[in-house]
Amino acid sequence: MSKRVAIIGIGMTKFGELWDKRYRDLITEAGADAIKDAGIDGEDIEGLYIGSMSPGLFAGQEHIGALVADYSGLSGIPATRVEAACASGGLALREAYLTIKSGAIDIVVAGGVEKMTDVSTSSAMIALMGAGDQEWEAFKGVTFPSLYALMARRHMVEYGTTIEQISQVAVKSHHNASLNPDAQFPFKVTLEQVMNSAIIADPLRLLHCSPITDGASAVVLASEEKAKELVDDPVWINGSSSATDTIALHDRKSLSRMDSTIIAGKKAYKEAKIKPRDIDFAEVHDCFSIAEILAIEGLNFCKLGDGGKITENGETEIDGRIPINPSGGLKGKGHPVGATGIAQAVEAALQLRGKAGKRQVKDAEIALIHNLGGSGATTVIHILKRN
Amino acid sequence: MSEGLAIHWRLIPQRYNLVGTECLKCGEKFFPPRQLCPNCRRVGEIREVKFSGEGEIYSYTVIHTPPEGFEFMKPYAMGVIKLIEGPFLTAQLVDCKPEDLEIGKRVELVFRKIIADGSSGIIRYGYKFKLKD
Repeated sequence: MSKRVAIIGIGMTKFGELWDKRYRDLITEAGADAIKDAGIDGEDIEGLYIGSMSPGLFAGQEHIGALVADYSGLSGIPATRVEAACASGGLALREAYLTIKSGAIDIVVAGGVEKMTDVSTSSAMIALMGAGDQEWEAFKGVTFPSLYALMARRHMVEYGTTIEQISQVAVKSHHNASLNPDAQFPFKVTLEQVMNSAIIADPLRLLHCSPITDGASAVVLASEEKAKELVDDPVWINGSSSATDTIALHDRKSLSRMDSTIIAGKKAYKEAKIKPRDIDFAEVHDCFSIAEILAIEGLNFCKLGDGGKITENGETEIDGRIPINPSGGLKGKGHPVGATGIAQAVEAALQLRGKAGKRQVKDAEIALIHNLGGSGATTVIHILKRN
Repeated sequence: MSEGLAIHWRLIPQRYNLVGTECLKCGEKFFPPRQLCPNCRRVGEIREVKFSGEGEIYSYTVIHTPPEGFEFMKPYAMGVIKLIEGPFLTAQLVDCKPEDLEIGKRVELVFRKIIADGSSGIIRYGYKFKLKD
């Protein structure tokens, strides 16, 4: 059994509407970058875990493990697709981590990919709604923004959270994305622009919603022994956890908090033997601006109900008390659903290596990454530490 | 991808008449129905129960960007409804203006068309809710 597991290589495509690239081009590009970054060769790879939410509906393609191995020139090795809606990437990372931890193999690539712009927006919405309950939510005309709108409304009523505070999440995400050349939206927006953008599902507007994105990301994981042998700057995975909740939003104990995040957070902090205050920055799943508020509360960076306030106070900015989403988050960087969880690991590793350029979080040593599936039915969390 | 008939036919009692389930062991009622009690699991005793169709608004939103098939209704209101028997469900709120909606307002079930599969496909019906007072 390997004592520790490290990220030894990272790779990511640009995120955006990449009309000239196919599904298989995206993931092989990210994978090749990660393998090159690790300074290893394809022959060293012993397994693949690929997070992808809905290639069947987005690209008419299933059997993703074999496809990715094939087009990576790695046919022969075991390859597994992992699916947990928008948490597919995070869960692929966790499965890869557990495989190395078990001692079965030493070097694994965990990748994530989604090609979302080959279908119309309304078809993409139908595919994404597969992350909710088909029989009792989608059948009624529910959309994903509307599920988060139902949560936002309860949060506003129970805690007095304002639409300005929720909007400030998007303003901050776009500011950080303006410092990230790989982001889909590398530009700033004002509070007024967010609050006057087109209404999608009241009270949520267009600029509270993450976009439809093409992209892929990959990390190379290695056992402690191999990591020390191969690279000088491994990033250690000190905690990995996952938790579930009801598939339909209406069956939750509360709409104003994210219980899967609270459960997974406690487990991850315990495994890493740290407290929330030890985290230097976090990449959290801001598929909608209210989701970032629910995430930072669930992760105990502030009290339940205070997420809007600490955002408004600037505590979550890059130079704030607890920087959140220095990459630009799902809102600014883009959200190719299966790729997102791995892209969070890429950003965290880049930051912990001190190579994040203009968006660098000063003296970052410990990072938390938080990946959500659906309306919160799955949370996957990893805690990463600088060498 | 076109769907078969059975996927809709088998849910007619639930969608037309709000037939859910309850666990005789712990007393919890379920709508949407569950065939396995999440509290008692294997030792639970499930039987069918019909709900009254009365409840209150727990949360709501007005959808302006609908999915395929719902475009002609937009904007439409969607609520999480707390039934008087306990369970929560998601349903459209109809026959009202968005400004009339408020958390805590009493609602009752109405039987409506939900969506049609194009101009010649099957028409699916089910429950929506309207304000009671």
